[in-house]
Amino acid sequence: MSAFVALLGRDIRLAFRAGGGAMLALAFFIVMAALIPLGIGPDLKLLAKVAGGVVWSAALLAALLSLDRLFQADYEDGSLDLIALSPLPLEAASFAKIAAHWLTTGLPLTVVSPLLGLLYGLPPAAYPALVLSLLIGTPAISAIGAVGASLTLPVRRGGLILPLLVLPLVTPALIFGAGAISAALNGLSNGAFGLLCAFSFVAVIVSPFITAFAVRPNLAG
Amino acid sequence: MLPISQLDVANLASIRGERVLFRDLSFSALAGRPLCIEGANGAGKTTLLRILAGFLSPSAGTIRLRMKDGGGTADADLRGPYIGFIGHREALKSQLTARENLAFYAALYRAAGDLDAALAWAGLARVADLPAQYLSAGQKKRVGLARLRLCARPLWLLDEPLAALDHAGKALVTAMIAEHCAGGGIAIVATHEWLDLDCAQLRLGLA
Repeated sequence: MSAFVALLGRDIRLAFRAGGGAMLALAFFIVMAALIPLGIGPDLKLLAKVAGGVVWSAALLAALLSLDRLFQADYEDGSLDLIALSPLPLEAASFAKIAAHWLTTGLPLTVVSPLLGLLYGLPPAAYPALVLSLLIGTPAISAIGAVGASLTLPVRRGGLILPLLVLPLVTPALIFGAGAISAALNGLSNGAFGLLCAFSFVAVIVSPFITAFAVRPNLAG
Repeated sequence: MLPISQLDVANLASIRGERVLFRDLSFSALAGRPLCIEGANGAGKTTLLRILAGFLSPSAGTIRLRMKDGGGTADADLRGPYIGFIGHREALKSQLTARENLAFYAALYRAAGDLDAALAWAGLARVADLPAQYLSAGQKKRVGLARLRLCARPLWLLDEPLAALDHAGKALVTAMIAEHCAGGGIAIVATHEWLDLDCAQLRLGLA
């Protein structure tokens, strides 16, 4: 457990130090979500309608920004070798890195999302759905993103391929997440929340195993 | 005393693509006597160490770690927990200080030793709180040595541990290997430089 906490703590610390991705992802999320109302114009009805989809798309892209370095940095400087030899199984190490990524991107995005709701004139009834859907859905982005990061590990400039690989895989989160927000907007319930929970749960449970499996051959050298 | 007695390698081969790095390589590294691996650039020293560490599967052959109690294992995953590794990359995070880097590995490896003592031993007391990016190549290497000492694994696999170090640093490495082996540890060292120790030699020739 202590080894798990050590890796989790180190990755969180790195994300907030110079060159870490935490603040960058947050700034990107806010800027992107704030730009779209400027483009669409002051049609509050329309804005409220697209808010869910836009905020979710922005969250997906923002979380992807720092994903390509998830394993690459440790791979390049040799840390991955030492993590592999440590008492922590590679699966647990992958889970720690996913958790650290979520805590430094998904969670901050979720926390600031109500501010963006204001920009879109979201009715108060939709706020719980906005925050909850991001809270439940963003771990899936980090988890599936980790699989993509491990698969593109040996690829130079893998950051460019990563979105092509990951974005199609996380579309269910986008659909159910935005769907849950629009359902709340219309005062309906459409089961999107349940599906989002299921999708996120399965992604978070399964991803560390696939990630470890994909990282292992890269230790060769 | 440490639980391991020797590492036996039998008929090991590494073939990468069309290229045969080595084949029919058999040797034993005994606890108490360091084993030096020599060979020209490209002879396969690093590859051999990475195979021994379990990062890379050999094309043929077996590696068996023998215990003092008569047991042993040929499984790379079971060998991992005994291995202390220094590669040619420093494995340091440039944004973290030397102390933070070392504290991370101490926690990751559940090492109980004294962090400050390890830093002082490696001659890093003055620069312990500098981010690793400001350290010289030799100082980075010393952080690795402090980690190796702190993590106290019985089977050391060292890839060019003398590179970038000054005379005092080289003496430090020599002394720590001697001390480790005297305490019943195994040390397998790949190096181009002369190691001032009584060691067994293994020459990797170009196959």
